[in-house]
Amino acid sequence: MKTMLNIALPKGRLGEKVYAMFEKAGFECPSILENSRKLIFENEEKGVRYFWVKPSDVAIYVERGAADIGVAGKDILLEYEPNVYELFDLDIGKCRMAIAAKKDFRDDPQKTLKVATKFTNITKTYYAKKGRDIDIIHLNGSIEIAPILGLADVIADIVETGTTLKENNLEVIETIVPISARLIANKANFKFKSSQIEALVAALKCDGGKND
Amino acid sequence: MQITSAVLKNDEKAIFGLRELYRKYGYSQYKMSKFEPYDLYVRNKDFLVSENIITFNDASGKLMALKPDVTLSIIKNSDDTENFVQKVYYNENVYRPDKNSGTYKEIMQLGLECIGKIDTYAISEVLMLAAESLDSISEDFVLDISHMGIAKPILDSLGLSHGAKSEILKCLGEKNAHGILAVCERENKDSAMLSALVSTYGAATDVLPKLDALSVPENEGAIEELRRVISVLERCGFGDRIRIDFSVINNMNYYNGIAFRGFIKGLSAGILSGGQYDTLMHRMGKKAGAIGFALYLDMLENLEGNSRDFDVDIVLLYDENANMGALCEMVGILTQNGKSVMAQRSVPEKLKYRQLLKLSEKGVEVIENNA
Repeated sequence: MKTMLNIALPKGRLGEKVYAMFEKAGFECPSILENSRKLIFENEEKGVRYFWVKPSDVAIYVERGAADIGVAGKDILLEYEPNVYELFDLDIGKCRMAIAAKKDFRDDPQKTLKVATKFTNITKTYYAKKGRDIDIIHLNGSIEIAPILGLADVIADIVETGTTLKENNLEVIETIVPISARLIANKANFKFKSSQIEALVAALKCDGGKND
Repeated sequence: MQITSAVLKNDEKAIFGLRELYRKYGYSQYKMSKFEPYDLYVRNKDFLVSENIITFNDASGKLMALKPDVTLSIIKNSDDTENFVQKVYYNENVYRPDKNSGTYKEIMQLGLECIGKIDTYAISEVLMLAAESLDSISEDFVLDISHMGIAKPILDSLGLSHGAKSEILKCLGEKNAHGILAVCERENKDSAMLSALVSTYGAATDVLPKLDALSVPENEGAIEELRRVISVLERCGFGDRIRIDFSVINNMNYYNGIAFRGFIKGLSAGILSGGQYDTLMHRMGKKAGAIGFALYLDMLENLEGNSRDFDVDIVLLYDENANMGALCEMVGILTQNGKSVMAQRSVPEKLKYRQLLKLSEKGVEVIENNA
C-alpha cells in the first residue's frame, strides 16, 4: 500500500481555498466536496488524506505529527511558535496583524499601555522590541469593543479590510506584521516522506500559486 | 534471576543496549550528582534549552539547581588536555520546563561526550555511534548532518544586524525560503547564497556534489571536513541513512563544527541531537575541543509496538475453601515456566489475560483460553 500523506486543512473559507489549490496541483480528493459531516477524506490513488480541523489547531496536529503537513496562518505560527518547517507561502488569506485604537486616541508614552488581544505572544514580543511597558489583556473575541468601553487603550488584532474597525470608530495606528497562509510540515515526518512532500510543494508552486 | 525482555519497556531496552555499545568503544560512564551550583547555568544560560531552572538553597545557603543539562557539568569536571580524547557517556535525569503544560518535567537523557583533541576520527566515531544508537532503536532512522562552519561565514559576510541575523537563522531552521527572501529584501542584502543554503538538503550522495555552490573562502575547510566525515560514515555502512541538511542549526555562540539530529520513523520530533562545541569549551576557559550528543529516551514511550496485548498470562482463581499451601505451590509451578501468574478470588475488571484457571480440591481446571 502506498504511504498516505496526512494533510490538516483549516476549517472554513480559507481551507476551501487551500483545498482548491491542492486540487489544481493534482492532489484532488473528490469526496471532500460532498456535503457531509465527515472530517477525514482519502484518495488512495493520489496518496493523500485530508482532514478538517479548527484553524488554530492545525499547527498542533502538524507539530505532534498527527498530520505530516498542514496550512496555517502566519499569525498562528507567530503566536504559538510550533517547531515545524515552514515550506511555502501560499499567498492567500492575506491580511495583517495591526495595532488599532479609537480615532481620537493619543498615546501617552509615560503611561503603561493597556493592550487587549487574542495574540498575547505576538503582542508581547512586538512591544518588548520597542521597549514599551504594556499591560496585556487577553480576550477571546469581540476585541474591538475593548477600547470603546475603556477596557484597553489599543487592541492588537488581525485586520483584513478594516471594515469592522471603521464601523466601531477605530483605526489602524501601526502594522505589526503582514499575514498569509503558510504550508507547514512536521520536521520528523518530513524526513520519511520528503519525496511526497517535495512533489506536492513543487506542484503547488507552479500550478496552485497566485490564484487569489 | 533471569530477566526476560517482556519486563523491559522500550526505553529500558534501549538504555541497556546503548550502554553496552558505548562501553565497547571505550567510553566510561560519568556519574554526577543531582544538583549543581546555580552559577554554572547562569553563565551559560543560552546554551540551555530553557532559562527556567529549578533552584533551591542548600544547607549552607548556597543557591543550587536541579540539573537541567549534563554537558556543562561534564565540561566543568573534565581535564583540559589536547593530548588525548576523554570519552564518557551518561544516563541521567534532567529537569526542564515543558512548553505545553507549563510545568517542569523529568526527562531521561542518555548521551556521550568526547573532550580533548577532536580530529576527523573523533567526529566520525561520535557520528557513527549516533547512527548505531538510532539503528539499535529502529532500522527506520535518518541522521541529518550539517556543519555550522559552512553557514556562519555566509551569514557573517552579509553584515546583517543582530536582529536580522537571528531572523535568518530561524528561517534556515524552518526551511523558510520565502522568509529569507523577505528579510534580505528588507535589509537590502543579496539572498543568493542563503537561498542556496536553505534549498540544499537530501541524501548525502545527492548533496555532496552541490556543496561547491555554497563555498566561500572562509568555509572551504568546513566543507572539506563535512566531506571527509561523510565518506567515513559511508564506509561504516550508514550511507543510505545519512542526509545533509543545513536546517540543522545549533546556537553559534556555543557550537562551531558538525551539527546533527536523529529521527526515527513514528516519532514526531527528533530523538537525538548533537554537535561540536569548541566555542563553549573556550568560553568555559578550556583549550580543548569537544563533541557529543544526547538521546531523549522518554520519547520512546510513543513508539508503536509498545502496548501490551495482555496484562498477565494466567489468572488463577481460588476461593475461601482452597488450601493456601497448595495455591502457593501451584503459583510457583506456573511461574517456573516463565508465565506471569496473578492469583485472585475474582477476575478484576478490564484485565486482559491469556488463560483463566481455577484451583479446586480436584486440582486446576481451565475455564477460559484467550490465546
